[in-house]
Amino acid sequence: MINLHEVIETNKMIEQENLDVRTITLGINLLDCAGPDLAVVKQKIYDKITRIAKDLVAAGNKIQREYGIPIVNKRIAVTPIALIGAACCKTADDYVSIAEILDKAAEDVGVNFIGGYSAIVSKAMTASDELLIRSIPKALSVTQRVCSCANVGSTRTGIDMNAVKLLGEIILETAKLTKDRDSIGCAKLVVFCNAPDDNPFMAGAFHGISEGDAVINVGVSGPGVVKKALEAARGADFETLCETIKKTAFKITRVGQLVAQEASKLLNIPFGIVDLSLAPTPAVGDSVAEILKEMGLEYAGAPGTTAALALLNDQVKKGGVMASSFVGGLSGAFIPVSEDQGMIDAVEAGALSLEKLEAMTCVCSVGLDMIAIPGDTKATTISGIIADEMAIGMVNQKTTAVRIIPVYGKKVGDRVEFGGLLGHAPVMQVNGFGCDDFINRGGRIPAPIHSFKN
Amino acid sequence: MKRTVITVVGKDKVGIIARICTYLANNGINILDISQTIVQEFFNMMMIVDTSNTPKSFEEIVEELDQIGKEIGVVIKAQREDIFDKMHRI
Repeated sequence: MINLHEVIETNKMIEQENLDVRTITLGINLLDCAGPDLAVVKQKIYDKITRIAKDLVAAGNKIQREYGIPIVNKRIAVTPIALIGAACCKTADDYVSIAEILDKAAEDVGVNFIGGYSAIVSKAMTASDELLIRSIPKALSVTQRVCSCANVGSTRTGIDMNAVKLLGEIILETAKLTKDRDSIGCAKLVVFCNAPDDNPFMAGAFHGISEGDAVINVGVSGPGVVKKALEAARGADFETLCETIKKTAFKITRVGQLVAQEASKLLNIPFGIVDLSLAPTPAVGDSVAEILKEMGLEYAGAPGTTAALALLNDQVKKGGVMASSFVGGLSGAFIPVSEDQGMIDAVEAGALSLEKLEAMTCVCSVGLDMIAIPGDTKATTISGIIADEMAIGMVNQKTTAVRIIPVYGKKVGDRVEFGGLLGHAPVMQVNGFGCDDFINRGGRIPAPIHSFKN
Repeated sequence: MKRTVITVVGKDKVGIIARICTYLANNGINILDISQTIVQEFFNMMMIVDTSNTPKSFEEIVEELDQIGKEIGVVIKAQREDIFDKMHRI
């Protein structure tokens, strides 16, 4: 039987170390809503989402009450809308009207974000992919809850540089259209390479076509718990360090598995995966950067950071994999800047640059995340940053992403407030040398060779 | 059997256990295990109880225990046992 010591340990994780279930994300297939008549498609989308997700929030609240574990977000991910609107959307505004119906459905079932306003491109854009991507700035400026992502490459197909070029412009346009709210639209737009079909975390969640009709995916989070456990291992060697992370990750993930199974039972919807990611929040003590510091770095970004992060990411997976029957999504450590107080401190101290963040993304999920850059950054420069990050994902057979915010009217050193879980961020320096001729070439970068690994 | 873990944390004083046990008895909740410790003058108690025969919903039990906790100046939580079991047992 469970003993007092174990009960106290679990409750301390929840009450003092910010252990929580970050999200229960309900994936919903919308392929059966597609058709040639836009009005009919929109009605079908609204009806299906509100029917399947009607008890989602209540189920999340019930689990929270019964187990005493906070469930921070209840969210929905849908089939990439570029597919659903392909037959009925003739203009970008047609797509925007679908975004509005998604927003309304999300509001009516009480979730805070709905993901899947997406185009999954990897070799080249279809006409509907391109139309959806062009509609993103307006869609994100007229909705509250809609999140968007675009995949632009994969290890097997290479990178569609036309989409990369276009998205540089789209990100700038989104920043401009949401300038009255510190360009917050860009915080809801992710560009991916090798995007997973079952990621429960926003803004990059969508319900991929490899998934069933409806599925429950869960993301747990507990950087504070890992940090606290490591405090007891100060000065110990790497073996002890790794074992401590692994055991902690196991415990955290077990909670996710339990919540996922309970939600699946309550909603009568199959359990998909648990995403093992360590996801920070701006709350003090809920930071991945603090874990890196606890390992012995003065700040995140100091020499040794990439190695420390590689170790952390790997041990989280090793501990988590055994704790869950199905693992998926992004599964790793997130290193967003604005959502992690330790990362913000590191940038403000001058310890962490965009280039170091790029190096860190080679060894962890997911990529350049929630980074504010000057509003006058050129579209081609943003495309260049995206291309670099996509190349890292393509060559290393991993998911990489860019969620970057060129904050309208702000310059290096200014501060940006997004509020809530999105946090606040200092505007970071971008390498100002040009890459126009490279980005303007057009076409695609071929898939990398999979032999002669070096 | 539906097992629930009740935890009580607060400053030690006379009658904490008596008050909680009375509530449990009045609501048909059987105590299976009970243990307590005092850490730095703080009273830490855990009970494992069987809630399969209570007429009350889990939600009511959580709320009423919370209310009793407020009255006697301690924090009382009720959680399904699975969360502890899953975390600490393979």
